[in-house]
Amino acid sequence: MKFIDEFRDGELARGLAQAILRETNPARNYHFMEFCGGHTHAISRYGVSDLLPANVRMIHGPGCPVCVLPVGRIDQAIRLALEQGATLCSYGDCLRVPASDGLSLLKAKALGGDIRMVYSSADAVTLAQKNPDKQVVFFAIGFETTTPPTAVAIRQAAALGLRNLSVLCCHVLTPSAIASILESPEVRQWGTVPLDGFIGPAHVSTIIGSRPYEFFAEEYRKPVVIAGFEPLDVMQAIRMLIRQVNEGRAEVENEFTRAVDREGNKKAQELVAEVFEMRKDFEWRGLGLLPYSALRIRSEFAEFDAEKRFSVGYVSVPDHKACECGAVLRGVKRPQDCGIFGAVCSPDNPVGSCMVSPEGACAAHYAYGRYRDA
Amino acid sequence: MPETRKTHTRPLDTKHGRVEMAHGAGGRAMAQLIEELFARYLGNEYLAQGDDGALLPNPGEGRLVVATDSHVVSPLFFPGGDIGCLSVHGTINDVAMMGARPLYLSASFILEEGFKFVDLVRIVQSMAAAAKDAGVPVVAGDTKVVERGKGDGVFITTTGVGVVAPGMELSGRFAKPGDAILVSGTLGDHGMAIMAERESLAFESSIISDTAALHGLIDVMRASGADIHVLRDPTRGGLATTLNEIAKQSGVGMMLQERAIPVKPAVSAACEFLGLDPLYVANEGKLVAICAEQDRERLLAAMRAHPLGGAAAIIGTVLEDSCHFVQMTTGFGGKRIVDWLSGEQLPRIC
Repeated sequence: MKFIDEFRDGELARGLAQAILRETNPARNYHFMEFCGGHTHAISRYGVSDLLPANVRMIHGPGCPVCVLPVGRIDQAIRLALEQGATLCSYGDCLRVPASDGLSLLKAKALGGDIRMVYSSADAVTLAQKNPDKQVVFFAIGFETTTPPTAVAIRQAAALGLRNLSVLCCHVLTPSAIASILESPEVRQWGTVPLDGFIGPAHVSTIIGSRPYEFFAEEYRKPVVIAGFEPLDVMQAIRMLIRQVNEGRAEVENEFTRAVDREGNKKAQELVAEVFEMRKDFEWRGLGLLPYSALRIRSEFAEFDAEKRFSVGYVSVPDHKACECGAVLRGVKRPQDCGIFGAVCSPDNPVGSCMVSPEGACAAHYAYGRYRDA
Repeated sequence: MPETRKTHTRPLDTKHGRVEMAHGAGGRAMAQLIEELFARYLGNEYLAQGDDGALLPNPGEGRLVVATDSHVVSPLFFPGGDIGCLSVHGTINDVAMMGARPLYLSASFILEEGFKFVDLVRIVQSMAAAAKDAGVPVVAGDTKVVERGKGDGVFITTTGVGVVAPGMELSGRFAKPGDAILVSGTLGDHGMAIMAERESLAFESSIISDTAALHGLIDVMRASGADIHVLRDPTRGGLATTLNEIAKQSGVGMMLQERAIPVKPAVSAACEFLGLDPLYVANEGKLVAICAEQDRERLLAAMRAHPLGGAAAIIGTVLEDSCHFVQMTTGFGGKRIVDWLSGEQLPRIC
């Protein structure tokens, strides 16, 4: 595949691995958090860790959209399908996240809920057009990357006068999650999570640009390198982070110049601002209630807001007692440190959300890396 | 088949007609459907016996192998095939992977009320052609009809019978550390051909299903004299799932070389686009062979000389591993597990 294989080249990887080894200071350790699930997946899928020196450790971050959804939000979607009789559609991984009462959206489908998997928000619009007698709800999840398409769908619905489409908006904001990690006592006070820098998001940054991370570099003195989702991108970003650490710099650098600039996609930002506004607060799995960390639909488009169209209030539900997803999402624990990892909790029977998406830290380690624990 | 033609005042309208509940009710309408549609295309001396079961000749020395497979693929017609030929190939392959020579098939149809005869004819013609090509006749059949909305056009269950010569039996239990792992060609073609046809996915591709009966290829492989331990067709769950099954059955581990695994560029690109891994995508005309290490080149040459094995490749080796992990050296240079498929990747693929 042209323009993809080039970023997965084994020869280049070996050269880069040698360069990284040369540049690391053997007298110290390096701890970097890859924020995005896309990076977590690439690291596990291509065995990037095998190419890194032992003193360079990667910590999985919270940037997996499915992983950070709290149980209460999935419950809300299930109630829309089972109690309100809505046709609920969402992205694939979302359907498998465990919810209350042993349910998930897929299990609710088996109980008779009309639940569909869609590949894009445009599919939700089409579904509503084709089924005028059904109330179609698009369960909109994700970080800044998936937000503009949801905005487009809502604008389209408004333009078409689609009365049977609404959106359960659970779009969340990347900078809030990074701030939450940096403000956490494990990082700030106790130092139990050593953190020398971040690999910044790829796709999210195409929308928001690199500017929002400058605050973290300046305020918290943490280097940030924005990187693409291909394995060579990740390795190059690690090398750039090592250089910053060695030189005592804390800057925002951009490895993903082929897609990201400082300002981001203005058109997409305007579209999002037109349709959405900040929620005062939003509950995240693992990170808790974070102020101004998610979006809701503006009052101008209120008729497309599923939370207003249907009576489905949000009820916060604690995670399964034994589940360590929260600690894994904050980088406090590794997947294999969780007592139920691989035993009770596996991709076939996930207990926590990190075991669901291939971008989740637990699922990635289970599917690709657990031979190392054996 | 008893002569019932005189009792039907009009022939079955295979151009504009549709399946009705009466076609599964056991009466005259059903007899007409069997006679004018199924027997017309699939007919042979055993089917013509017209009894409750087919009386077959003694297959001779060896042990019998029976395999059964239901087919619920959606859509019914896809690039490179349809549910008809698929239901013949799938079951023949299951019998053949046991080391057996496939001899007979039975076919059971669950038809949905309202299903167009014109489509049913296409499907049965395709079954008949596939059975004829393979030299494996359909010797028994059954038809049921369910109400509209209770089925999805047509579901077909086929059962295959074959015979395996003494000492020629194969099993997923026979892989040994040191053995070589081969595949007969490119992976993921069937699954991605189906995926591209699904109406909810608006993407176009030139990928066609690989659906094919593999017993001819297996004959050539065995004639090469290579010491083959395991054969299996990587259908649902793809290569990854098949290798995990074998690793578990044989109590071994495996190490694959990602670079050696053949995948067509179009399949690879479509998988990339949809976030799928070709190792987990279904095949319907490919096999995995595990053979003694010293015979691997000989087996590879035999496979490549056959039209269905042109892109065959040696992709890895069997290892001792108490965890039964299937691992892979990635093209990137790292290592990873190639795990069982979890959940459902592509529903109703066969």
